[in-house]
Amino acid sequence: MINKESKTILEVHGLHATVNGVEILKGLDLTVKSGEVHAIMGPNGSGKSTFAKVLAGHTAYEVTAGTAMFEGQNLFELAPEERARAGVFLAFQYPIEIPGVANSQFLRLTYNTMQAQRGNEELDPLEFDDYVRDKMKRLEMSPNFLDRSVNEGFSGGEKKRNEILQMALLEPRLGVLDETDSGLDIDALSVVAHGVNELANKDNAIVLVTHYQRLLNYIVPDFVHVVDNGRIIKTGGKELALELETRGYDWVGVEHQAANLATVTAGAA
Amino acid sequence: MSRVTSIRRPPAGYIETLLAEQPKLPTSPLMGVNQLRSKAVDHLATLTLPTKRDEAWRFTDISALTKLLFQPVSPVISLENIDVEHFYLEEATTRLVFVDGVYASELSIITEESGVTVVKLPSADATHAELIESHLGRHVDLEDNVFATLNTAFLHDPALITVSRNTAVIDPIHVLFIATQTGVASYPRCLVAAESGSSVTLIEDYVALHDETYLINSVTEIALADNARVNHIRVQRDSGEAFHIANCSVSVGRSSNYQSVSVALGAKTSRYNLNVLMDEGAECAVDGLALIADSQLADTHTCIDHSQPHGVSRQLHKCIVGGKAHAVFNGNIRVRQDAQSTNSKQSNGNLLLTEKAHVDTKPQLEIFADDVKCAHGSTIGQLDNEEVFYLKSRGLSDSVARNLLTYAFGAEIIDRIPIPSLKRKLEQAVLEQTSLLL
Repeated sequence: MINKESKTILEVHGLHATVNGVEILKGLDLTVKSGEVHAIMGPNGSGKSTFAKVLAGHTAYEVTAGTAMFEGQNLFELAPEERARAGVFLAFQYPIEIPGVANSQFLRLTYNTMQAQRGNEELDPLEFDDYVRDKMKRLEMSPNFLDRSVNEGFSGGEKKRNEILQMALLEPRLGVLDETDSGLDIDALSVVAHGVNELANKDNAIVLVTHYQRLLNYIVPDFVHVVDNGRIIKTGGKELALELETRGYDWVGVEHQAANLATVTAGAA
Repeated sequence: MSRVTSIRRPPAGYIETLLAEQPKLPTSPLMGVNQLRSKAVDHLATLTLPTKRDEAWRFTDISALTKLLFQPVSPVISLENIDVEHFYLEEATTRLVFVDGVYASELSIITEESGVTVVKLPSADATHAELIESHLGRHVDLEDNVFATLNTAFLHDPALITVSRNTAVIDPIHVLFIATQTGVASYPRCLVAAESGSSVTLIEDYVALHDETYLINSVTEIALADNARVNHIRVQRDSGEAFHIANCSVSVGRSSNYQSVSVALGAKTSRYNLNVLMDEGAECAVDGLALIADSQLADTHTCIDHSQPHGVSRQLHKCIVGGKAHAVFNGNIRVRQDAQSTNSKQSNGNLLLTEKAHVDTKPQLEIFADDVKCAHGSTIGQLDNEEVFYLKSRGLSDSVARNLLTYAFGAEIIDRIPIPSLKRKLEQAVLEQTSLLL
């Protein structure tokens, strides 16, 4: 949903990041405005998941150059929990299992942390129970998931629903979904996508990191970006995803190189 | 070499000094009990207290214990329900309370539930002779075990519980040992005989009303006949200055099922020896948690002994060690030559919260049969960074994230306790230890 009154939520410039001394991101630029859905696509190893983790502040990744402004704040000056409280949410590709902690306890702890941050009233267990059950219904999640340990023994689809449930509870300004479609069957994919669509509104923004186009049949992006070798090399509308689905990723790289070459040649002339 | 020679033998006469009080015990109307006691006294002359030179005690130094002369318990019980009812469990309709090892009938409830017999030894008559003759002192090792032998020498008020054939006792039985006096030694004793086809839940619970020094030297024997089921929950919440030395021996009969969860939170120095002898087709699950801090030491030695075929055993033991505390786990799984088709799985996880926290772990498999399935593993570590990051990415601060994961590590064991009110209390204790509000 692109509109003229939208505000810039995230502005990334010249982002370079390394993991274990190996440079993965090599000058990535991206601007995301409120109300927009962006899809970041690219082959394996292109850096798209690294980008998602860098935004959330994963300590294994070191930002070596570039900036990321999130609603006027320098994201890289904030600790992961401060980013979360400021409104950045990362839905994990592989959500962590926490045996021994009931999902309801965990969800309430995070929800109340966010409520306190926003100066809102915290909910006691009973109030929270009503609140979360309503959200779960929308994600077609059984209330049984409240009593079970966090993600323990959940199927792939159930874990992803639990991620989207957290996003629904924390109401971020920027939702970054890292390969949320991986490992989902078609029914689970449709439920998860439906949940994301319900959460997307004119004041927030969604960044979908995905390898495959099929998620984009359910969550229609405003922009599709192709990442290769740590940079965004092509940006288009939703039709770009379809083209990638039929033609693969190679041609984008070739076209990009050709364009670079043309620029170099033009510069030389 | 200097380290070895610096270990001192306990002062001679320690056991003799303790035993000086023994003849003051009243004679039991049951000959079997008197014989058992006097045999133990005689046998003590041949035993010495272990030192760090003994393999089974290399990590657990009890020399401090031998320097203290524990007074005999003065049998004055001035407690009322109101003083101790916060230790009671709403689920337990049968409760046996022992104050400094002495049975407190006014604090206990014995419901006349069909099939359970609870006996106080002084009132035991000839009808209980068979139970005592066939089980008391028959399951625990009294050959080499000086503490179990000492306990037997001082046998006075054991909790004797029998569950009749084919009887399922629904409500748990709470055996509560309350320490009220300081500087005393007490010798709690429990015997549970689950007859064929019966089932029962036993909660063995050690608590204190003060933070001072005392010694608990306990022995528990549990005998499961064929097709019986016993849930055994053991909670040690002794004073942080106490010594707690416990021996528990379990005989699991044919096709019987023994489930145990033991939680050690208290005591300055604690040692728990659990021996489970498995008959044909027997199953057991032996789970444990030691949650210690400051300069506590918690030592757990378990032995699951598969003597016959088709046994199944599973064990998960965890230690959470803070401060400069020291946890020891020695988990022995023995599969004897006859114990074909045994299926056994053991895991041990240790979480060290500080640089000075220490753990010694020794999982041991001894397999003499050739057709068995056995697995064991042990991990020692700090919290996983991916897990911490996951929680922080949800807005939780670094300390809350770490506390939550520490709590979770312990709660996985506490979760296995089938008594909701006890589970809540223990969860609360872990939360307090991890300064977490949930």
